[in-house]
Amino acid sequence: MSVDHATVRKIASLARIAVTDDQVEAMVPELNNILGWIEQLGEVDTSAVQPMTAVIPNVLRLRDDVVTDGDVRDAVLKNAPQAEQGFFTVPKVIE
Amino acid sequence: MSSYRIQGTTGEWEVVIGLEVHAQVTSNSKLFSGAAASFGAEPNTQVSLVDAAMPGMLPVPNAECIRQAVRTGLAIDAQINRWSRFDRKNYFYADLPQGYQISQLYHPLVGEGHLEIDADEKAGILEAKRIGVERIHVEQDAGKLMHDQHPTRSYVDLNRSGVALMEIVSRPDMTSPAEAGAYLRKLRAILRYVGSCDGNMEEGSMRADVNVSVRRAGEELGTRTETKNVNSVRFVMQAIEHEANRQVDVLEAGGKIVQETRLFNPDTGTTRSMRSKEDAHDYRYFPDPDLLPLELTEAFVEECRASLPELPDAKRARYVDVLGISAYNAAVLTAEVETARWFEALLDQGAEAKQAANWVMSELFGALNRLGKSIEDSPVSPAQAAELLTLVTDGTLSGSLAKQVFEKMLETGDSAGTIVERDGLKQTSDTGAIEAVIADVLAKNPGQLEQYRSGKEALFGFFVGQTMKAMAGKANPAVVNELLKKALG
Repeated sequence: MSVDHATVRKIASLARIAVTDDQVEAMVPELNNILGWIEQLGEVDTSAVQPMTAVIPNVLRLRDDVVTDGDVRDAVLKNAPQAEQGFFTVPKVIE
Repeated sequence: MSSYRIQGTTGEWEVVIGLEVHAQVTSNSKLFSGAAASFGAEPNTQVSLVDAAMPGMLPVPNAECIRQAVRTGLAIDAQINRWSRFDRKNYFYADLPQGYQISQLYHPLVGEGHLEIDADEKAGILEAKRIGVERIHVEQDAGKLMHDQHPTRSYVDLNRSGVALMEIVSRPDMTSPAEAGAYLRKLRAILRYVGSCDGNMEEGSMRADVNVSVRRAGEELGTRTETKNVNSVRFVMQAIEHEANRQVDVLEAGGKIVQETRLFNPDTGTTRSMRSKEDAHDYRYFPDPDLLPLELTEAFVEECRASLPELPDAKRARYVDVLGISAYNAAVLTAEVETARWFEALLDQGAEAKQAANWVMSELFGALNRLGKSIEDSPVSPAQAAELLTLVTDGTLSGSLAKQVFEKMLETGDSAGTIVERDGLKQTSDTGAIEAVIADVLAKNPGQLEQYRSGKEALFGFFVGQTMKAMAGKANPAVVNELLKKALG
């Protein structure tokens, strides 16, 4: 597997990361190096191995259905670039 | 197969419909945080730092949400996956602070199940039909955007963010708007019986994404479109109708259907393309590393199964087979869980099933309709109704007197017994009193008596009416009939 310039631009755009042409130029070989390195794993026959889903031998803990949190609007809005009347506000997004 | 077809200019087209229903799980707190999940609070007051996606916050699943999704799965006879997993669905939008929705793509909690829609000849559903449910998975709801508060900014309220949803995905087994409507109504009834979702479509507790395609009879499935977030049964049916006709027009004009997301406009009943960028659907799903796989014990699943109530189809069958109620009445009485509950409370008070069913269907529903009230807000309780019905059964009240007493119960809130005593509404079978009134009626209407005796027997009803009127409706109709026959010779 390898990526080209267009793929790198698309991934950057999906992740909302601005990249310059120079950065894309540098990133294509860099990412391809990483992908090539990881692809070595494909040489191992894993057809009889279950995918590992977690590194710790634990079960998922569930919580009881009680309200223990919330009602902390000031804390929630504290880092918002802009907030008004208890709402976050963002540049108008409407389809 | 429904008989529903779109008549195009070049022939008939079949419609194929699948629904993805988002149902909000009834719970106190959110799917992965301890913030409240209730509707209608002040903006951003039901938001924890987890829901706002602050760095370092970790999700911990709510056991009740898992339990309710499993119960829902069991109610539609679905496979419950003892091992499931949460995945991240990545996309950017202002109502999604994490930048991803925690959902279940690869290993959903609930697998293949089904439910049955009932025959409804008027709606073109000729026989009962099984609709497959492909899966139910659990996921987070997003926040809410408001666009009309400010000229250049959108307002974001994260109270909904992180509330638990079940996404219930049907098979493309429906072939008419009516079938889709029947599926939604049946699904809603089941959710409400189970208690896993309140089914309130106005408040957005239940909404549907509608997948529609068209094809000529016997051909392969056509390309489908998905109309998002339709929030009533009627709108879903309208959206299908419009979308199917639009697709037929496009195809017959030589065009192609584009697989795309569309929006429904409830004011016009039409759909339009969302014109989103193509890569909006490049969700790059991957297993959420913050959450271990969800493993269920047999004990957990069995507890869920044991907690299920009698479901609508089983209840309706029992009403018909065991209680002897007519098929139509049984269907109406079991359609809504509140109606069934009220009716069964009435039976618990000793009312006879068939009589009680008829009374609820005609008298109670009529009154509630007039008063604009739902059965939960009925001014007359099941116990009060049972007392009224007993007074009919034991002959104290005739049918028409019972109607009068019921009206007074609605007005005053008094019990039937109290009203009967106070207003003297008891039916009388006192033959002496009735005979006296009959003699008086005959004496006052010599003309009619003459006609009757010369063969105009239809006048019998006239004499019954006059007698009942003179006795203010309180005479036992059977006794009146009998005595009149005797008097008229």
